[in-house]
Amino acid sequence: MNIQICAKPVTAEVSMNKVLGDCFQEFITDTSDIYIIDADLGINRLLTEDFIEQNPGRYINAGIAEANMIGLACGMSANGKRPFVHTFGFLASKRALDQVYMSGAFNMQSVNIVAIFPGILADVNGGTHMTFEDIAIMRTIPGMTVVEPADMVQGKEMLRQAADLHGMVYLRWDRVGNQRFYEPGSQFEIGKAIQLREGNDATICAAGNLCLEQSIIAADLLAEQGIEARVLDMFSLKPLDTLTIHKAIDDTGALITVENHSVIGGLGACVASTMSQYRYAPIEMVGIQDEFGEVGTVKDLQVRYGLTAVNIVAAVKKAIMRK
Amino acid sequence: MPNNIPELKKLAAILRMEALKIISYPGKGHVGGSMSLAETMAVLYGEIMNVSSESPKKLDRDKLVFSKGHCGPILYAALAQFGYIPMEYLTQMNRIGTKLPSHVNAVLTPGVDFSTGSLGQGLSVAAGMAYADQQDGLNNRYIYCIIGDGECQEGQVWEAVMFAAHHNLRNLIVLVDNNKKQCSSYTDNIIKLEPIEEKFSAFNFDATRIDGHDVEAIRDIILEAQKQPNPSVIVLDTIKGKDSFAEKLYDNHHIPITKQDLDQSIRFLQEKIMAIETVKG
Repeated sequence: MNIQICAKPVTAEVSMNKVLGDCFQEFITDTSDIYIIDADLGINRLLTEDFIEQNPGRYINAGIAEANMIGLACGMSANGKRPFVHTFGFLASKRALDQVYMSGAFNMQSVNIVAIFPGILADVNGGTHMTFEDIAIMRTIPGMTVVEPADMVQGKEMLRQAADLHGMVYLRWDRVGNQRFYEPGSQFEIGKAIQLREGNDATICAAGNLCLEQSIIAADLLAEQGIEARVLDMFSLKPLDTLTIHKAIDDTGALITVENHSVIGGLGACVASTMSQYRYAPIEMVGIQDEFGEVGTVKDLQVRYGLTAVNIVAAVKKAIMRK
Repeated sequence: MPNNIPELKKLAAILRMEALKIISYPGKGHVGGSMSLAETMAVLYGEIMNVSSESPKKLDRDKLVFSKGHCGPILYAALAQFGYIPMEYLTQMNRIGTKLPSHVNAVLTPGVDFSTGSLGQGLSVAAGMAYADQQDGLNNRYIYCIIGDGECQEGQVWEAVMFAAHHNLRNLIVLVDNNKKQCSSYTDNIIKLEPIEEKFSAFNFDATRIDGHDVEAIRDIILEAQKQPNPSVIVLDTIKGKDSFAEKLYDNHHIPITKQDLDQSIRFLQEKIMAIETVKG
């Protein structure tokens, strides 16, 4: 792994949506076997209609038919193709779960699922479109790789690695990705968490752009109060880096997890479960507290569901008190 | 490989016998739906499909997505007859560690192209294979997909049908085992499926309907379907449990098979084979 972490997070130069479009174009141009399948969510606009015309058949709009889309991709994979499918996270993980499981994983096929608008990032689409369960669901599928890329650099790398990985991959994809944490050219290893910030008083484990951004702000606020919090990018949700978690337990003695996901079955639950094979440390879980989503701007929803630096600071102090 | 009608009729009877024997080892299984497909499997493996037991994964082979996966026994009977699987496997269905689970499994069983069992999914997979073939310019191989009539109650089937028609997947040939029954009762009592052929036509498939126990009609219609400019569906009018002890039973979906049932059916099928041979002679 060769990872260059920005000294401080910077504003991302391009959105992760643009990264997605650029990568898809690159895949179509540079390979003959990668196909992009979309359930009518505008990938044609990202690729551009001209590009699609110049590369006939490589982009498929499967229409508003997610179950069929997954089946198509699995059939194409059985024929030796490498499909990427693109739809809302809630549709990939809930509506088409049986297809992902049976036609995909059970058949040992290789399909890469780009699952957009995770958690509260579905913002103005509201509660019907928010998935607070997809990490929990996807992690239980044997052989499934689950990643939540943190930024434009890691996102591009994850797409490239997914293309070459045998087996099913679920990429929880934030289309915006305001912050950039990594320098371009960084190489990541699935299964290995990254320490974004040093600290020995507590460890904040988070995944995704929003949660990492808030975690770093929280760590800075805590530092002003003399508390040094380690921040770990847990982008690889399955396989999970249990060694780094165990080291964090040993070094810092208190864990805080931050997720744009339910605290039931998500990052917090996985981190807690690693303790069963090691030893206990107090753990506080910041995330969606077993409730449905609702409509709002991302900023308002952060406050509504507690995904804020202020809330993380409080959770860190609580965890430390419990040591 | 048999290539005439009496041989295909004989093969259908043999496949029925073998499927019943396979089910008799665990003692219970999907008898009815396996019996209704015997002629279709005889034609596909006995004459039509470009497949090889010596290289079951050869790249240019015809593929069969056996979407009504619970009828594994009749597929296994065909695979055993044509040398894809050793005879020893046939006594082991559903035992722990078996290569022959009740629902067909591509990871476990040589000759099976895709694992199925959750009804409604196979046609999407077959459509994906057919699409990939068209992209690769593979014009002379076909993707066959066998679905049940009850299975057509799953909405995903129609998602796949719409996709296949939109993309003109003429290399996709769908066979509907219309045995008019499902797990609980007659399909007519649950969700009416008729008019089946017209439904598929309305979705822009080339649709035909034949006696699903007439090997000559099945063979001829598949050869016709291969030449059609659109994706094809062949609605096979069949009888669930055909030519076995199960044919007269109301519930013949997933049922026990006693030694008496098995012996009775084997006697019947052996007599049928003798009658075919007598006529041929």
